[in-house]
Amino acid sequence: MYHKTPGYKTFSVFNYLLLTLICISCILPLIHILAVSFSGSAPANSNLVGLLPIDFNTEAYAKTLHNSNFHRALFVGVQRTVLGTVIGMLLIVLAAYAISKDAHGFRSRTIYTWFFLFTMLFSGGIVPSYMLIRNLDLMNTIWALVLPVAVNVFNMVLMMNFFRAVPRELEEASLMDGAGHFRTLWSVYLPISLPALATISLFTMVFHWNSWFDGLLYMTDYRNYPLSTFLQTVIVQQDFNQINVDVNEMKNLSQRTVKAAQIFIGTLPILLVYPFLQKYFVKGIILGAVKE
Amino acid sequence: MKSTVKSAPPAPVATSPARIPRSSVRKPRERWSLTWPLHLMLLPAVLVTILFAYVPMGGLAMAFQDFKPYDGIFGSPFVGLEHFRFMFEYPDSKQVILNTLIIAGLKIVFGLLVPFAFAILLNEIRMIFFKRVVQTLVYLPHFISWVILGAILTDMLSSEGIVNQTLSAIGLQPVFWLGDGNWFRFTVVVSDIWQNFGFNTIVFLAALAGVNPSLYEAAEVDGASRWRQTLHITMPAMIPIAVVVGTLSLGNILNAGFDQIFNLYNPLVYDKGDIIDTFVYRTAILNGQYSFGTAVGMFKSMVGLILIVISYRLAAKYAGYRIF
Repeated sequence: MYHKTPGYKTFSVFNYLLLTLICISCILPLIHILAVSFSGSAPANSNLVGLLPIDFNTEAYAKTLHNSNFHRALFVGVQRTVLGTVIGMLLIVLAAYAISKDAHGFRSRTIYTWFFLFTMLFSGGIVPSYMLIRNLDLMNTIWALVLPVAVNVFNMVLMMNFFRAVPRELEEASLMDGAGHFRTLWSVYLPISLPALATISLFTMVFHWNSWFDGLLYMTDYRNYPLSTFLQTVIVQQDFNQINVDVNEMKNLSQRTVKAAQIFIGTLPILLVYPFLQKYFVKGIILGAVKE
Repeated sequence: MKSTVKSAPPAPVATSPARIPRSSVRKPRERWSLTWPLHLMLLPAVLVTILFAYVPMGGLAMAFQDFKPYDGIFGSPFVGLEHFRFMFEYPDSKQVILNTLIIAGLKIVFGLLVPFAFAILLNEIRMIFFKRVVQTLVYLPHFISWVILGAILTDMLSSEGIVNQTLSAIGLQPVFWLGDGNWFRFTVVVSDIWQNFGFNTIVFLAALAGVNPSLYEAAEVDGASRWRQTLHITMPAMIPIAVVVGTLSLGNILNAGFDQIFNLYNPLVYDKGDIIDTFVYRTAILNGQYSFGTAVGMFKSMVGLILIVISYRLAAKYAGYRIF
């Protein structure tokens, strides 16, 4: 037996050690930022905090949560996530149901599929998109963050593959009983595709929560920034010129502990949905990558 | 490679027309009375796609104009390939294309090798619980946005940050991770691999899950060491998918990762760290050189499209891989 040889035993010990180190490296940054956010501002500012908080207190969170700018950004972030997920899922589910049909009875399917797939291969890029949003007068509206990304073709293909796995007999029986396509989708396909719906909704939510660049591009007024864009401007760019508000209030936000608290609050929703996400995405990726 | 060629689907065999009645050789025409609800279901997605994906493609006409927002796309003067010529002559844009190629190339190579190696190591873990914990933790960074990761890394890699403190504690010189061009490239590639290696391991693990355990048993009986088993069973099981992933990632050769670079870079490292996407954003959106920015962006999209089509064909031909 190979795993009893001394050579393999030595390898095994090193392997476990190495993988443990790699795992630690994946969560270390988050632990560090969490420790900073719960530390006193003096040790944090002089870079004394490692992986455990020094002078434990929750002042940074209190300051963050009492900041009206942060509130507004949080609200816009939640708003775009909810609206974006609802609209996106509606469009994706309807379209995925239609293109999941066999090309035999629904010949236009091929044209539609290529019509969508081409947008994955080629795009106009940011400048024409920016001009379009300007010309449509969508600048500074929530629709600029929701509509351009509503039809996610990757998710649509994923959903289509789930629908294709539904036994053909169920659809035939439903259509035979006089239900139309809308009824069949609603009463037959959706109830048995709930895990798929949950997975793709979670993917969409994470996507919207993490999106920041469209906010920077399409919002000229910082008050319309979703949380990710707000964090990008305040913490990464440290650009307070754009956010011309009370200097003292912004000073509060730029303290190291408060920054860490904001970063952590921004990550929290992802950490909360991650266990559910992880349960499904492995299956989803394999389903999406390997056709039938 | 032989096994992958063998697994390629056979060429479609033409059905002999003699055995099938003539009427059914022609594909059936679509019956509108049956399919109109399907068209209706596709309508919203089609309209949104036309407006937000295809209309901007038409907007690429700006790349051939001297576009002024006031004159609009129909009133701006036509200048032909002027902006493209300028792109290949202007030192800044040449440097930007070179930076993109270097950073994206390194990411592609190590983004393939590291998950490959990691899958082999993970395959040797026999404690199921430990394996699960490892998988859960290494997938996590993939889901965190570069705003968050950028903020954390900027903090940790600053001159006084925790990384440089550790370095000086063990007697090494502090490193300007994000302030020196070469170190910046290094940091960008390593942190990108760090973010995605776990997630990219999934496809390899899926390939390994399909390996018949009796192969290992037979090798064991024949006296093959574990290293030989890895060499002759584990690795060959992953090679086909590695070929596919590698070929398809060629389409990303000009995608050096806008989100990451934009959240990590600063004017100090523009010479070595500025990439096409960040350059387009600064020249077009911030400086108002709309046409030039569009031209550079269009160059990137065109190269990407051509490479995707070529690599997809290669993947289909040599690995029998088809997405659609």
